[in-house]
Amino acid sequence: MDAKRKQQVVFTAIKTMSFLVVAILVIILGFIFINGIQVISWDFLTKMPEDGMLKGGIFPAIVGTVCLIFGSMLFAFPIGVLSGIYMNEYLKEGPIKQFIRLMTDNLAGIPSIVFGLFGMAFFVNKLGFGDSILAGSLTLAILAIPVIIRTTEEALRSVDKTYREASYALGATKLHTIKKVILPIAFPNILTGFILSVGRVSGETAPILFTVAAYFLPKLPQSIMEQVMALPYHLYVMATSGTDIEKARPLAYGTALVLIFIVLICNLAANIIRNRYTKTKK
Amino acid sequence: MIQIEKVNFFYGIQKALNNINLSVPQHSVMAFIGPSGCGKSTLLRLINRMNDLIDGTKMEGLITVDGMNIYDKKIDIETLRKNVGMVFQKPNPFPKTIFENVAYGLRVSGMSNATELKDRVENALIQAALWKEVEPVLHKNATNLSGGQQQRLCIARCLAVNPKIILMDEPASALDPISTSKIEELILELKLNHTIVIVTHNMQQALRVSDYTSFFYLGELIECNTTSEIFNNPKQDKTRNYVTGKFG
Repeated sequence: MDAKRKQQVVFTAIKTMSFLVVAILVIILGFIFINGIQVISWDFLTKMPEDGMLKGGIFPAIVGTVCLIFGSMLFAFPIGVLSGIYMNEYLKEGPIKQFIRLMTDNLAGIPSIVFGLFGMAFFVNKLGFGDSILAGSLTLAILAIPVIIRTTEEALRSVDKTYREASYALGATKLHTIKKVILPIAFPNILTGFILSVGRVSGETAPILFTVAAYFLPKLPQSIMEQVMALPYHLYVMATSGTDIEKARPLAYGTALVLIFIVLICNLAANIIRNRYTKTKK
Repeated sequence: MIQIEKVNFFYGIQKALNNINLSVPQHSVMAFIGPSGCGKSTLLRLINRMNDLIDGTKMEGLITVDGMNIYDKKIDIETLRKNVGMVFQKPNPFPKTIFENVAYGLRVSGMSNATELKDRVENALIQAALWKEVEPVLHKNATNLSGGQQQRLCIARCLAVNPKIILMDEPASALDPISTSKIEELILELKLNHTIVIVTHNMQQALRVSDYTSFFYLGELIECNTTSEIFNNPKQDKTRNYVTGKFG
């Protein structure tokens, strides 16, 4: 086989694989969309579940997920960003930094059910938070922190070093340089990491399973010490252990669609911010 | 005045500068020339302690600015850098407005009075021969300017904090000939009130703008003299070969 022919074959193979990936995604999204869109209505989005969760809406689950996103990011964002700044700006290359990086990378790779168990053992029982928004948010925050640290580090690292030099050369201190020059430049990329972890957090089931999620709780939470329903867990319940699984199926698809919609919006927002940033930079 | 005595400099174990002795008189232009990797930029960056930012470097010897040892432990690096400004090879305005770029160093020094800031910014831009061009777009992003304008903005940014000395690291090497000649005119004007050290690869440029020239080779200062002596009557063979284009 001559070189040209070989190239053609390889190229076709690569192209096919890429299309396959896109096709799988389109099929999954399409399947959920077609099955889910039928039950989506204003009532579905704003009403409490009724009739053994076979009728009514998923409003408390949406509210619960929003609470958990907000709560987890309240902890994860400042801790993650500050750690990222420390890692990239203050900690010198060496064994300590390598160790911390190894740990954060491992933390990011741990199966989420382990976080769930840890959350139950530590936040729910040891600290006595009980099944609550607080315990669930903290558990989700631990899950999100490594990702935020890493994206912050990357965002800071990709800031051209000439900006740092220019700032130092004008007599600025390190803190001033970070605050006024480096962070504003890195901010869109840090925000991208933040939004992506919101997407991740909103879809996680295992970490909230033992720490916050309620099977059926048709009311809105009054404090952070209460349980809530959440979209991913609600979906799991309706697909596996509802009162009538067959009859609940359309509602499950509807829930899945809402969940996917939230994640897609987050990813889309991240993309838009990144694109706008790269455009204005040039 | 800058006085450099017996300076050695190391990146890790690699010696980058070997026993450099040099002085730059007040209100003159000193050019550092030499082939790539000869240590000229390294020496330049020692004068405002920019090399402190690089891990694993070591400096020996003495550098004084107006009689003050700038490597003294008690020295305030931020104050030193306000006195010894720097212009870099690649124009590097911050992605902020033109006004905020020039005001940056002033704000660093704690100036917050709006009229005072405005005056100082205008003044610096006038000195950098950029005021007329940027006056209508003062509050637009600096990254929209052309390369040459950006570099003059960086000079204005540096001038705003009133440095006594200005270090320039190949300030025109990324610019077109017209922008380059504007920068060179600027250097000749600035030397009336500032001491300037300029690193350049362009020997014609050294000839046009500098009063004194130092030729570096492999971390050594080969020869330092008035610019006309270096170019017309060099004492060392290496210098002659370099300035006549036989190597480098």
